[in-house]
Amino acid sequence: MAAFLAHTEDAGAAIRFAGVHKWYGNFHVLRNINLTVGPGERIVVCGPSGSGKSTLIRCVNRLEKHQRGSIVVDGVELTDDIKRIDEVRREVGMVFQNFNLFPHLTILENCTLAPVWVRRMPKREAQELAGKLLGRVRILDQAHKYPGQLSGGQQQRAAIARALCMSPKIMLFDEPTSSLDPEMVKEVLDTMSDLAKEGMTMIVVTHEMGFARQVADRVVFMDMGEIVEVNAPSPFFDHPQHERTKLFLSQILR
Amino acid sequence: MDSLAYVRDAPESEDAPPMMSSGVLAWARVNLFSSIGSSLVTIGCITLVAYWLPQLIAWATTRAIWSATDGALCRQHQDGACWAFIAAKWDYLRFGSYPVAERWRVDLVEAVGALLIAWLLWTNAPRRMWGALLFFIVYPILALVLLRGSSLLGLPVVDTLLWGGIFVSLLTAVVGIVFSLPLGVLLALGRRSPLPVVRTASILFIEFVRGVPFITILFMANNLAPLFLPEAWAPDRLLRPLAGIVIFSAAYMAEEIRGGLQSLGKGQYEGAMALGLNYPLMTALVILPQALTLVIPGIVNNFIGLFMDTTLVSVVGITDFLEAMNNAIKDPVWAGPTIMVTGYVFAGIFYFCFCFGMARYSAHVERILAKGRK
Amino acid sequence: MDLASAKPSSWLSDQRARGLIYQILLIGCIAALACGAIYNAVVNMRARGIPMGFGFWNDVAGFDINLHLISYSNQSTYGRAFWVGLLNTLLVAAISIPLATLLGFVIGVARLSPNWLLSRLALVYTSIMRNTPLLLLLLFWYNVVLKSLPGPRQSISIGGAAFLNDRGLYLPLPVAREPASLFAGAVLAAIVLAFGFRAWARRRQDRTGAQAPTAVVAAALVLGLPALVTAAVGAPFTFDIARLSGFNFQGGLQIIPEMAALVFGLVTFTAAFIAEIVRAGVLAVPVGQSEAAGALGLHRDLSMKLVVIPQAMRLITPPLTSQFLNVVKNSSLAVFIGYPDLVQIFAGTVLNQTQAAVQVMAITMGVYLVISLVVALALNAFNARYALRGR
Repeated sequence: MAAFLAHTEDAGAAIRFAGVHKWYGNFHVLRNINLTVGPGERIVVCGPSGSGKSTLIRCVNRLEKHQRGSIVVDGVELTDDIKRIDEVRREVGMVFQNFNLFPHLTILENCTLAPVWVRRMPKREAQELAGKLLGRVRILDQAHKYPGQLSGGQQQRAAIARALCMSPKIMLFDEPTSSLDPEMVKEVLDTMSDLAKEGMTMIVVTHEMGFARQVADRVVFMDMGEIVEVNAPSPFFDHPQHERTKLFLSQILR
Repeated sequence: MDSLAYVRDAPESEDAPPMMSSGVLAWARVNLFSSIGSSLVTIGCITLVAYWLPQLIAWATTRAIWSATDGALCRQHQDGACWAFIAAKWDYLRFGSYPVAERWRVDLVEAVGALLIAWLLWTNAPRRMWGALLFFIVYPILALVLLRGSSLLGLPVVDTLLWGGIFVSLLTAVVGIVFSLPLGVLLALGRRSPLPVVRTASILFIEFVRGVPFITILFMANNLAPLFLPEAWAPDRLLRPLAGIVIFSAAYMAEEIRGGLQSLGKGQYEGAMALGLNYPLMTALVILPQALTLVIPGIVNNFIGLFMDTTLVSVVGITDFLEAMNNAIKDPVWAGPTIMVTGYVFAGIFYFCFCFGMARYSAHVERILAKGRK
Repeated sequence: MDLASAKPSSWLSDQRARGLIYQILLIGCIAALACGAIYNAVVNMRARGIPMGFGFWNDVAGFDINLHLISYSNQSTYGRAFWVGLLNTLLVAAISIPLATLLGFVIGVARLSPNWLLSRLALVYTSIMRNTPLLLLLLFWYNVVLKSLPGPRQSISIGGAAFLNDRGLYLPLPVAREPASLFAGAVLAAIVLAFGFRAWARRRQDRTGAQAPTAVVAAALVLGLPALVTAAVGAPFTFDIARLSGFNFQGGLQIIPEMAALVFGLVTFTAAFIAEIVRAGVLAVPVGQSEAAGALGLHRDLSMKLVVIPQAMRLITPPLTSQFLNVVKNSSLAVFIGYPDLVQIFAGTVLNQTQAAVQVMAITMGVYLVISLVVALALNAFNARYALRGR
């Protein structure tokens, strides 16, 4: 454990969890999390439901508060200080399982909202940026429609574009394909793969093991609030070492 | 990036949360004192409550007069409630001027009614269909005969002029619901009918009744009924406002039921039609039982609203509970500055307990139904 | 399958024919009932000497009304009394609706407050108000609170300018002086400038991204400009303060206790329902919306303004307009405390005196139906414009 910790004193880390604990009331949901994510690294977090994986990434942009330990994102430590939280949230983008697009705004307006009001970008510049990113996720033709008029896969790609419009350094994905019909999962995963190829630092919570194998630099397995095993994809899937890892993989891989 | 592999060797201990993040202190910190503004608000609220609450409680309990034979004691002690007044007037508030010797009839009707309603509303009760039949068909006739009296049965007739108080409030509300439910069902079905005449007629009726104040419906029933009916049919003075209440309640009931019908979804209709059921069978056996169960909370809410609306019948000369209280307050034997306040506060407590209790029940049923529907 | 076997066995079981028959039967029943009712009505009205027709409209009313926005005396016609009543109803509604909405939003926000004590106190308020009959509230306000005020000679004086007694609340009546038109001009100019500033700030934000504090500037303009004008050319109003002469007050603006009781009752009652509507509307916006806004870096205030409130307002508006209509309908309870509204004057006094029940009730109900219809149409237009678009 100590050797592992020593290695993680890497100063250029994008995200560093050190001794992080979190409780919901009396329920100990995150137990002594220690993890370092380097810049440009792609991490996939997997595990059974209730293992705390969503809670883990939601702590990164302070949607959840941790009670013990420290989380440092891009050099900024997350505390109750609102200024720091805002700083972190500007540099960290998040994509949700339920998309959470704003239904009263068009797709374009969804994308330009934060650049205009948070980064104080002029409207034209924001619209150009949004247009470029919507084109990259291949839904530029839907820009003037409302979220309710798009399919699930299109909505999730729009949500990815919306997060990218803030030019984040780190992208968090909380089970991005779990709410999608099977035929739309691929288009979203492809978009995420393209993003990964461009060198974006990503943490992805997902059950899509094919994606993990192809894209991840490391796979983190969590169970009951603790990190059980971490490894590169090939050794992780082909030669799992911990008993619980083997059990989990046998249940989800056929 | 070189891979940082890790395999857990020993499980983490499950610790207790740090002191400041759970327990009473933590709860207070988050819920009462989370910021400067919040703390100020908390202090402000506590001061307000600390000032008024003891006064209210003292007025109602320690400083109140609990027994007396007339208003003298209450006039002397004007800083407390005069509950003795309520105790003295309690029979009048319950029965109005109903003859004392016949009051057992009112009690019987109320008891049977309460039993039947409990049977119907207890969600796991056996044979609720029987309860429904009894309540909606047999009970109204029984109640009417018992209350009014009939020389045939040896029960002295009691003119509706003498009826008053709580039992009249309950009677008007219960009659209102009992008769407005079938009428509401017809209107709701009519409003969804594909036949244009039926649909238009239903819509016109519902929107007309919902668009005007309840008082005007009462006036209409009271003043226009004698004109539109033949001389010989002159309807009883209680029957006219009752008709108005039924019409009023039916329109709102129809909208509740329509909501239930809509939320059933096409699947139920299509399933029934695929089995070969015709419209009456499908409606009676498949659609209505489900829709009505869905809107039980809404129906109970309607009942609560109706019970409060029955206070308006005094405008056409019916002595409901509130009017009985108004009459009781005017008694010169009890005259005093605290009588009116005591009377109104008691009436308020009565209505609040009744309505709040029913609202709680309705929320309870909604929770049970929501679970079943998951 | 040939055409012959496709025909229904008899025309009676053809769905369309049946539908037609049902409808004809229904029309027939309704027509029969209507004819019977009208026939009875004519016979009964003739027999009792009740006027049929609207001639009574121009007869002399012969009764006084203690609150009339247009000129009225007991020599005015019944028709005039109708207009007085209608205006009084609209007056009470016009005062009660904004106040109830304001109070309702305040209590609704209190209900949503993270401060446990505040939200519970607001809950106590809404629970009590929603489970108490409005009539009881009105009687309480009128008989207990207002009637227990002292007589005119022992009035409670508020700063020597306003007086409270059992005849009513006497407020200073603003009387316009010379600078009044300048003052009005200043207010108007301030409003136009505020809008202009907002439009300019918007355009500047689109162009350069810079933000400007429009709310603060608008408030400063609307408050400051008229104040400057007043300082320069003098006060635009003097106030006619009520004076005690004999047993009563003269002058000033008198608010009769009946109206005060009705307004207090309607406002406190309706605010509880509006508070619940506001709370339900805000809670119905999924929590993911504010999370997504936060994740994008939007501060809590911006997230409220740009994401949560626009969605909540769409959910709040239909039940809110329903409550507005309820205020108008509930104002008819004026008949219990003697406030001269439409029902009290027209369906009360006028109906009693003329006995023209059918005509009077038809006109009265017609008025309320028209109001309901107008509000419903306005709401439809609003929904068509602002409803969230789906596939």
